[in-house]
Amino acid sequence: MATPVLECKNVSISYYTRAGEVPAVYDFNLTINQGEAVGIVGESGCGKSTVALAIMQYMGKNGAVTAGEIRFLGRDMRTMSQEELRQIRGSQISMVYQEPMASLNPSMLIRDQLIEVPRYHESISTEAATKRAIELLEAVRLPDPMRIMNSYPHQLSGGQQQRVVIAMALLSKPKLLLLDEPTTALDVTVEAGVVELIKDISKRFGTSMIYISHNLGLILETCDRICVMYSGQAVELGSVKQVFDEMRHPYTRGLFSSIPLPGTDRYAHPLVPIRGQLPLPRDRPTGCTFGPRCDFFVAGRCDKPIPMLDVKGDPGHEARCVRYDEIDWVKHRPKGVEMTPLEPGPPVLQVHDMKKYYEIRDTSIGAILSRKPPRYVKANEKLDFEAREAETVAVVGESGCGKTTFAKVLMGLESSTSGEVLVNGVEVGKLPVRSRKPGLISSLQIVFQNPFETLNPSHSVGAQIGRVLKKFGVARTRQEIEQKTYELLDLVKLPREFAFRKPRQLSGGQKQRIGIARAFGGNASVVVADEPVSALDVSVQAAVTGLLTDIQRKKRTTMVFISHDLSVVRYLADRIVVMYLGRIMEQGTTDQVFAPPYHPYTEALLSAVPIADTSVKKKHIVLKGELPSPVNPPPGCPFQTRCPRKIGAICETELPTVKELAPGHKIMCHLPDDVLRAMEPVIEFGKKPEGANA
Amino acid sequence: MLVLAARRLASMILIMLVISVMLFVFFEGDKLNLAMRVLGPYSTMEGRLQWLADNGYNRPLIERYFSWLFGFLTGDWNRSAQFSAPVLKFLAPRLANTAILAGCVFVITVAISLVLGVLSGIREASLRDRTITVISVLTTSIPEFASATFLVAIFVFWLNWLPGSSSFSSGFSWVELILPVATLVIYNFGYYTRMTRASMAEVMSSQYVRTAILKGLPYNRVILRHALRNALIAPFTVMILQLNYLLSGVVVTEVFFAYDGYGKALVDAAQYGDVYLILAGAMVAVVVAVISQFISDIGYTFLNPRIRFA
Amino acid sequence: MTDAVAATTQRPSSFGRILRAIGLLRESPIGIFGLILVSFWVIMAIFADVLPIRDPLAQSAPDLLKPMFSPAPDGGYYWLGTDDKGRDILSRLIFGSRLVLFWSTLATVVAYLVGMLMGVAAGYRGGWWDEVLSFIGNIFLAFPQMVLYIVLLSQLSPESPLGQVLAEAGFSKTVAKGLTIVLAIMLGTAPQVMRIVRGIVLDLKTRDYIAAAEVRGETPFYIMIVELLPNARGPLIVDACLRMGYVTIAIAALGFLGLGLPPPDPDWGKMISEVRGYGPMGGNAMLWPAVAISSLVLGLNLLADGVREISLRD
Repeated sequence: MATPVLECKNVSISYYTRAGEVPAVYDFNLTINQGEAVGIVGESGCGKSTVALAIMQYMGKNGAVTAGEIRFLGRDMRTMSQEELRQIRGSQISMVYQEPMASLNPSMLIRDQLIEVPRYHESISTEAATKRAIELLEAVRLPDPMRIMNSYPHQLSGGQQQRVVIAMALLSKPKLLLLDEPTTALDVTVEAGVVELIKDISKRFGTSMIYISHNLGLILETCDRICVMYSGQAVELGSVKQVFDEMRHPYTRGLFSSIPLPGTDRYAHPLVPIRGQLPLPRDRPTGCTFGPRCDFFVAGRCDKPIPMLDVKGDPGHEARCVRYDEIDWVKHRPKGVEMTPLEPGPPVLQVHDMKKYYEIRDTSIGAILSRKPPRYVKANEKLDFEAREAETVAVVGESGCGKTTFAKVLMGLESSTSGEVLVNGVEVGKLPVRSRKPGLISSLQIVFQNPFETLNPSHSVGAQIGRVLKKFGVARTRQEIEQKTYELLDLVKLPREFAFRKPRQLSGGQKQRIGIARAFGGNASVVVADEPVSALDVSVQAAVTGLLTDIQRKKRTTMVFISHDLSVVRYLADRIVVMYLGRIMEQGTTDQVFAPPYHPYTEALLSAVPIADTSVKKKHIVLKGELPSPVNPPPGCPFQTRCPRKIGAICETELPTVKELAPGHKIMCHLPDDVLRAMEPVIEFGKKPEGANA
Repeated sequence: MLVLAARRLASMILIMLVISVMLFVFFEGDKLNLAMRVLGPYSTMEGRLQWLADNGYNRPLIERYFSWLFGFLTGDWNRSAQFSAPVLKFLAPRLANTAILAGCVFVITVAISLVLGVLSGIREASLRDRTITVISVLTTSIPEFASATFLVAIFVFWLNWLPGSSSFSSGFSWVELILPVATLVIYNFGYYTRMTRASMAEVMSSQYVRTAILKGLPYNRVILRHALRNALIAPFTVMILQLNYLLSGVVVTEVFFAYDGYGKALVDAAQYGDVYLILAGAMVAVVVAVISQFISDIGYTFLNPRIRFA
Repeated sequence: MTDAVAATTQRPSSFGRILRAIGLLRESPIGIFGLILVSFWVIMAIFADVLPIRDPLAQSAPDLLKPMFSPAPDGGYYWLGTDDKGRDILSRLIFGSRLVLFWSTLATVVAYLVGMLMGVAAGYRGGWWDEVLSFIGNIFLAFPQMVLYIVLLSQLSPESPLGQVLAEAGFSKTVAKGLTIVLAIMLGTAPQVMRIVRGIVLDLKTRDYIAAAEVRGETPFYIMIVELLPNARGPLIVDACLRMGYVTIAIAALGFLGLGLPPPDPDWGKMISEVRGYGPMGGNAMLWPAVAISSLVLGLNLLADGVREISLRD
């Protein structure tokens, strides 16, 4: 048998902080063979990026590999000198990072950053290195490599930057490529292109890969084997098929039950959140790290250190669970957050022909002298939709599509340029928040995206909720405020003593719950949820979305759910509005939008979303190019520059009309009706193997 | 780039004009007070009124401003009451002296602090870094008049190596320049060093330096090609901007060492109440400061491709 | 760890919070050293009257420019020697610390209040507020500070309108001069504070909790004072320590230049300039005020460093 490319044996890694040694990863084993792609998946703080940096032997000044061996082509990297490491880095092992912009030197031309790799590793001439760089830029499918070579990083888009970083990593034909969340910072349709490229790499270059991600769907698309990590340990290891279809660790199982897959349905098979939260490194339990959150925990057996065990009868599959063969994986069906279908009431939010333009003021002397007409960013163009009482309407789109602008207009932080935005029949589009009456303010509230910014770090949780209650006129006296604050904490299922805590003492999920409590503090009739869970860990997401929809439905509040994540939207929205560059491309009920006929953009978006289900067959549509800037949208149909179904000149010159293909299902496209109706579904279900997740 | 420079230039001129109006009104707005300052406290009221009438001070303020501004721009800076000489003629050689002092200080300070700051920032929290940091905090805590005292105590009173006064009484002398320059360098290099260090440390912990290291580049190449340029953009521009603060110290140092420069002239004028000299001196300082700001702005744009090719 | 903290969380008194802050500083040796230096001078300033030292203004004709440890006619010693008028340097330093600390604290506080308000307004309101306030700031920042002080103090003499107003308000000559200095320092320092605060606010105002306050209809004033400023306190405390050091230097430098508080008050800067002309004989009398001011400023700078070091850890 050939030597594996990389072998991690019993690796432990620690960081040294002023509070002492903090073990980040322990007892980690992984073998990667020639041409193999292994995914490492886990939530934040599980140690997956630490593993990558340890393989590069780049731990910073306060980190160190404390035990075990990391063998690269049979040699322990821990015994190598700095010079030997240098020769390996970048030529034998190279790395692609999460944030391409930050990973490239802002003041050097791409050309110089590329050619220095072969120049220093292979001592070849500048001409040869330049030639190689251009070849690789072509290989990563960047158009016009010469232009890219002579650009600075900030002149490229995010997707282009990441392709440059990948090209840079491949320049010296490495044996092993480490990819640390390479697409997390990118938009979904751009991500799809980069993922397709990555899949191609191991085939074309024979490179072994370690792909680190929090997204199971991406691992499924790119990897042969997968290693699931939890709280510094690998908890399950096996081929993608083994782990996805016959998982043998309760954490893996919990992960799959808490992400919305196409098969989940909020009424029939609701999501099951993993209870509790990730332990901090220094609070880890002595036994199974997942023990406190596990349904199968047995005292006496699970509370001592647990080794990685081979799954009997399934070679290559390992799990860190002493009870893996006792649990009835097929029958066990934990109860999720159950919901019953609701009848929506009358329309609460009505948007008609709403436009929001931002003027770009060019204050240069030249512009003032030549009296150039002002330019506009058309952030929202002719928005037209409704939301009814107790209904959840999702607004979906990638960055720059105008979804956040719409939320700002609704909340009164911006004024609409024209058109109507009615809430309970009252026009709010041109009413800034400061001129709104308290009643209107409290009836229109928002849950923000970033849990780390949603609460003011200087004030206690109770003070912040109390202020909202006072401002909304819900409570006046101190006792009243205190009482109502406690009720709200009960509502979001947090202990009452949280009122005295400062935000920094709360986890991300808990902060987001406070944000929800705040939004429902008055009697909100419309709540905007702006990507409320996208910054949270997967296992916490389900609990927070569950709570949010639960409260919303109980209170019969209308929810506008803004998201880029079609899986979440499919799970919880009643109706969906798909936006692209400020316009609505398609809208309809969730079923209508997720089934043909599609708008070509929706079709591409659906195909781009990675799905963590081996039984799902997806059509692969990878969009060309990058998202155009909203400052400079293309003429005609906004999607025409990237549309795979473009029919000709009409797309470039004329804006399509909106047609209603079924009651409530509206599509803005030039494609004839019969072509639209003849579309095939993007997602198809295959037969599920025995024992698979529901 | 050109447009940007033009805009900066415009706003720079605007600032200088506004300041000139303010200074003019501040010093010449109250005519009687001005006459008293020029003619001295023992002059008679009639004498003052006569002087005002003779010198065109009964014109409206706006008219007087423009004629003063025109005078200033064409080199007519009025006469110094204290020295009975045209201000420009009096001030010019002193400005030259100050330029020598400030120039030496600037060059030496920048050289020392760039080297120390980079050495310190390359490896944060190393012994070298800590030593340099402590030294720079220590020296920035000693104001010029205090460090000058220490220097004089050691090198003049005790060791008797250097002259304690730098009045150039027997012509220009490098020896007399040593102590004033040292005084100013000691106070100023610490701040520059810490700034350079902070910038270097930030760059060294940036992701693109990590990329460069993990590309397998030799350490020298990482530092020289990837880190230095990015790390020096900020300190370099701020250092030019800080010329302003350097000038504050120059005033004190000149007085301490009786160095016959602009600062000492200004202080003497302030104590005597020599209005025209102060007014002209302030204008000169502002012009120098605003121009240095302009250079720093343009320099930043030029050094930073993210702005240059925006 | 966070849970343990939270479990014991009760609203601590402000005094408790100060003690806890000092407790935190324990982990930074240089911070503690700075705190000791500053506290030393603060204690000296507070207890100057009760300390067994001579009258700082009492002149003694036979004892001019005496060195350290010289015997005094009253049977004691001039521990640090005497100045050119035979006054005890040690008492002058201790009483001088009172002047220095009082006026530099006042000037720093005033400059901070003005600068903070300007900075928050410019950063949060943006638009015209920002343009106008920044322009005003830039005007004062265009002056080398010392030149600005010289310009202002030379013109704002006791005979000037401002001087007359202050005199009519019943302020003594010294206090009037002090207030004029405070005004000058405020004009020179507030724009710098404004710049810093503006920068912090520009960063903070994009946070969601500010948007949250906006969408519940808070007034800009409430948002600036309650939502923004408390979150800027970390860097501002550090800056305030440094800034106070600069102000102390500036006030002493003005004293040295003869533009500070009128004689015979024992201003540290003036103490140096008074004996500068005596050559080596004045060496001793010059040295001690220089040591005093350096130690105080060093204390403030180290304290700032300590606070910064601590705040970066959490």
